Amino acid sequence: MNKVIIDLQNIRKIYKLGMVEVEVLKGIDLQIKEGEHISIMGPSGSGKTTLLNIIGCLDKPTSGKYLLKNEKVSEFDDDKLSEIRSKYIGFIFQQFNLIPQLNVIENISLPLYYQGADEKEMREKAIHLAELVGLADRIYHRPSELSGGQQQRVAIARALANDPLIILADEPTGNLDTKTGREIMNLLCKLNEQGKTLLVITHDINIANYSKKIIKLLDGRIVNEN
Amino acid sequence: MKIKIYHIIKILKFGWKNIYLHKLRSSLTILGIVFGVASVIAMLSIGEGASYEAREKIKQLGSNNIIIRSFNPPSPVKTSQTTSFIGIYGLKFEDFQQIKTIPSIEEIVPTWECREDIWSEKGKTTGRIVATYPSFLNVMNLEIEEGRFFTEIELKNSKNVAVIGYSIKKSLFPLGKVVGKRIKIRNYYFKVIGVVKEKAVSLTGTTFESEDINFDVYIPFTTGRIYFGRYEISNKRGPFWRWERNFVEYHRFIVKVSDTSKILTVASYIEKILSRNHRNKDYEILIPLQLLQQAEHTKRIFNIVLGSIAAISLIVGGIGIMNIMLATVTERTREIGIRRAVGAKRRDIINQFVAESVILSSIGGFIGILLGIVIPHIVSKFSGMTTIITFWSIFLSFTISVAVGITFGIYPAKKAANLDPIEALRYE
Ligand SMILES: Nc1ncnc2c1ncn2[C@@H]1O[C@H](COP(=O)(O)OP(=O)(O)O)[C@@H](O)[C@H]1O
Ligand SMILES: [Mg+2]
Repeated sequence: MNKVIIDLQNIRKIYKLGMVEVEVLKGIDLQIKEGEHISIMGPSGSGKTTLLNIIGCLDKPTSGKYLLKNEKVSEFDDDKLSEIRSKYIGFIFQQFNLIPQLNVIENISLPLYYQGADEKEMREKAIHLAELVGLADRIYHRPSELSGGQQQRVAIARALANDPLIILADEPTGNLDTKTGREIMNLLCKLNEQGKTLLVITHDINIANYSKKIIKLLDGRIVNEN
Repeated sequence: MKIKIYHIIKILKFGWKNIYLHKLRSSLTILGIVFGVASVIAMLSIGEGASYEAREKIKQLGSNNIIIRSFNPPSPVKTSQTTSFIGIYGLKFEDFQQIKTIPSIEEIVPTWECREDIWSEKGKTTGRIVATYPSFLNVMNLEIEEGRFFTEIELKNSKNVAVIGYSIKKSLFPLGKVVGKRIKIRNYYFKVIGVVKEKAVSLTGTTFESEDINFDVYIPFTTGRIYFGRYEISNKRGPFWRWERNFVEYHRFIVKVSDTSKILTVASYIEKILSRNHRNKDYEILIPLQLLQQAEHTKRIFNIVLGSIAAISLIVGGIGIMNIMLATVTERTREIGIRRAVGAKRRDIINQFVAESVILSSIGGFIGILLGIVIPHIVSKFSGMTTIITFWSIFLSFTISVAVGITFGIYPAKKAANLDPIEALRYE
């Protein structure tokens, strides 16, 4: 079987709001193997996004140990975390999060820019990815000129630009209609079949059923795993 | 981290995009820098021009020279309501002989001068007759345009020869040959044997030597004595019309000192001799070198004042840029979060925002330079002032504007880079 690439051990996250401390994650233990497709479900405010951000090295746990590909990323500093994100992680958000003043290719090639790639390489790869997500004829459009589904495709292409090991999608279909949502999920599943580890947060059981494994989060704890 | 030129170009390209997106806002932002830079260059060029004029004027007097001038002091007798007056003032033969003996004096050239109408066959102009010696030419650094200066022999024989200034030639003999022609002063005829090259004249009226030497006519000293004597005649229109006749032996001594370092010593000897010989102070001593030093000093102070004003305006411009960059950072918080999520380091965010503010300030600097070159031209055209744009002032002000961009860009950029990526992504 494939090896474990994400290993969370007793991860806690506490937010301080003035005097009040809110414990959002209350000791998460989770192992994810390379190539897995996992859905994360749970009520709003249960800590799903926080967990995903920690896995994606965008946020740091308050305590606990996080090994990513056997590197102890829970002890990395800001620069090193940026490097990890740049190397291994592709993020997809509910609100697409494209940069409005950049066109489709420029948005897609953004992760490559921060890897120091040269212009020709960036362009070629971005065009290739735009074709892959079915937007070959929209490469000079601005995000505002695209539909929601198209914007999410651009976001997926962007998440793929740095050839990540792991794709983290936070409610990727939350702002889309059912049909478009299904298309997006098919695209993500195809990528998973090609070997990308895929984590998807969702409220929709139909979306969750695309995966073999569903994790349920309740009030900062994993309540079941199957 | 390797910094490749290519990388910098990419950062600048990104920055330009964002600035271009907000054309109006960006152009308003850079106005401060534009005017700051333009005023630095314009003011420095006007200052430089003024000091150039002063230096040229002083150089004409000869930086190794001391000039002693007879000076008609207002006396109580003259202020009464007399309608005619006969007096005596100025430098005397006795002075000449004593000053001549001071060591380190290379040459002492006396002159006698008067204002006269000068006639040619075609017309008339007014100029200053300067009766002097052949060595005047070298001591005053005059250059001959055509013909020659008069000689010792012509002096000895009191010849009726004249060397005229450039403006006299232009008004009396606008076209054609001058040398060999005749001019008439009072009722005497002089043969023109040479023309002096045009000399720069300051229009801003520096206090020393207000005469326009392009209107001078030089004749041998002895010839001057024969025709014009020693009496200076003037008619004055005050509250009462007055006829005045003054005995003046010499109007000026031009003293050439062999060594620049001796000028002040020689001047003090001269002062001693003259104060002993004259009960009234009817002379003045001009030291061009000292004036030159004063002019340099004034210029330095002038530059410091201008520099401070300019620096303040550039700082104000910089604050304008900082203000806009801070607004930009807030506006683009989410974008910063996105960039961080896809792998941007803090450094990358700093670079991006500093690049934008440097682009803004450089564009401002560039436009400011263009404006700063145009303004002095217009000033010159309408006021006749000399203006000199130095490469140095352009270089300086552009460098400062880039530095302002970096300095005032860093704070907003750091603020952007220190945003928590999570917070930035949640920002609405
Ligand atoms: N940056 C933050 N500061 C303070 N509290 C936060 C922050 N981010 C999330 N929270 C709180 O943590 C809890 C979990 O948030 P989140 O992980 O976004 O939940 P979910 O994605 O499951 O809806 C919520 O109560 C939220 O208010
Ligand atoms: Mg969430």
